[in-house]
Amino acid sequence: MKFFGASPPQAPGNTALNMDVIKVIAARELRGYFATPVAYVFLVIFLAMAGFLTFGFGGFYARRQADLQPFFGFHAWLYLFLVPAIAMRLWAEERKSGSIELLMTLPVTLWQAVLGKFLAAWGFTAVALALTFPVWITVNYLGNPDNGVIFAAYLGSLLMAGGFLAIGSCISAANRNQVVAFIITVVICFGFMLLGFEPVLGLLAAAGLPQGLIDAIAGLSFLAHFQAISKGVIDLRDVLYFLLVIATWLYATTIVLGMRKAD
Amino acid sequence: MIKAEHLTKTYGPLTAVDDLSFKVEPGEVLGFLGPNGAGKTTTMRMFAGFVPPTSGHAEICGFRVDNDPIEAKRRLGYLPEGAPAYGEMTPREFLEFVAAARGLRGNDKQEKLNRVITRLNLGPVLGQSIETLSKGFKRRVGLAQAIIHDPPVLILDEPTDGLDPNQKHEVRELIAEMASNKIIVISTHILEEVDAVCNRAVIVASGKIVADETPGSLIRQSRYHNAVTLKFSNQDSLQDAGNTLRAVPAIADIEIDVDAAAITALPRGEEALLEPIGNLVQQHSWRLRELKLESGRLDEVFRRITAAGTG
Repeated sequence: MKFFGASPPQAPGNTALNMDVIKVIAARELRGYFATPVAYVFLVIFLAMAGFLTFGFGGFYARRQADLQPFFGFHAWLYLFLVPAIAMRLWAEERKSGSIELLMTLPVTLWQAVLGKFLAAWGFTAVALALTFPVWITVNYLGNPDNGVIFAAYLGSLLMAGGFLAIGSCISAANRNQVVAFIITVVICFGFMLLGFEPVLGLLAAAGLPQGLIDAIAGLSFLAHFQAISKGVIDLRDVLYFLLVIATWLYATTIVLGMRKAD
Repeated sequence: MIKAEHLTKTYGPLTAVDDLSFKVEPGEVLGFLGPNGAGKTTTMRMFAGFVPPTSGHAEICGFRVDNDPIEAKRRLGYLPEGAPAYGEMTPREFLEFVAAARGLRGNDKQEKLNRVITRLNLGPVLGQSIETLSKGFKRRVGLAQAIIHDPPVLILDEPTDGLDPNQKHEVRELIAEMASNKIIVISTHILEEVDAVCNRAVIVASGKIVADETPGSLIRQSRYHNAVTLKFSNQDSLQDAGNTLRAVPAIADIEIDVDAAAITALPRGEEALLEPIGNLVQQHSWRLRELKLESGRLDEVFRRITAAGTG
């Protein structure tokens, strides 16, 4: 019996950004999270920390205000350590196990692979974020919050997480070692956060930098854009800022991978 | 057809692959041989689009790997060295993923999945995570993902490494079965394998091709080609017999193995030795356990060629 015929392989058009392939890669990646306890451990830590910080440190009750400012105020700090923990394995793990050679020799483009894996990680943080819904229920039970503002803040938080993740994706692509990737990512993310801090900006002003430059630096800050959105004003510029940050770092990821995927 | 055109890869001062050019046509099973570090894996990776060449290019079915990577990769089934996979996935999930990433959908996908699962006997381990599988099964999962889309070109980096003799035999049968209408390139350092499955052997050393022939003609280069080995029942007449054989004009040289009580007579050129030696055996009434005509020793040819290449 002849097992293989001579039929040439036929696949549907595989253009540079074929969503189908991206979906396949994202689905595999996402499933990988839940195949090990990592995902569950992360979710538990994220939710516990979010709750603890909000109710313990944020003065949620003491403020006697029906809003979620104390909750969202801590998100950047939560992400600073938890998002790099998700991002560190994105590429470092592929490199270490050698599966990167398999992925990169499938008929997929670098962009499809990078975007697919990023979307999986982003989708996962979206799930984590969505699981904080009891906080939202609580505040609605206790008072009459502006749910539009809360929705905007959730959106801003998700965009900020995407920014952190994109940075982590690039650093993970450059490192075989996950711990190193984690630490470098935390440092860079911390830098991006600090840019918006009043004391830091004050320091820059004291150093004699022109106000225009200081404004420009402050404009790069994750915090400033997140706070703008979380006040309930979804300014297209803030959204665009995060999307641009994500696109830039993902583009950097493809460059890093293209240069040293086989190292 | 696949083609390497002046393929070169350097890592800093090290030249891993040095100006390789060759073509492989359908129906050919090319055994890619060479000592470790000779550039076999790097060459295969350049064909698979994983390592960009420093200069030159590789081509698969008319598509250049550097300019048209997606089209080239679509026509290629590739087993990377060590058969890497996603360890936490089961073979079924993994093969489903590869099939989907290769654009297979629906019934066609299921059909092809079932076919490779049957062909590589993966049935018993389908639901077990790949990281818990034995080396043999892992290798077979790797082979399954390489052939799932029935590609016209197969590049397999050490497909039988780590398999037991039965599994090796199965893999060789699989390759032989697919050989008629495909281009197959396998790298190996098991020389018997080249003889068993390949119809062309390319030996590389230090990134250069040092031999490109059929396994048969490679074996004929062995100094043991057409040599005759006599194993005596005891060592008593060994020296006398050695002297007698040495005097035969058709014999270029002899090697005496005292422990095994054996003499190997190497022919001068294309001289046939079996008959004259047979006559001598009768004449002197040597008591033999065994009289053997050798076809040649690949490992000896391999050593000689690769040593010359690196020297």
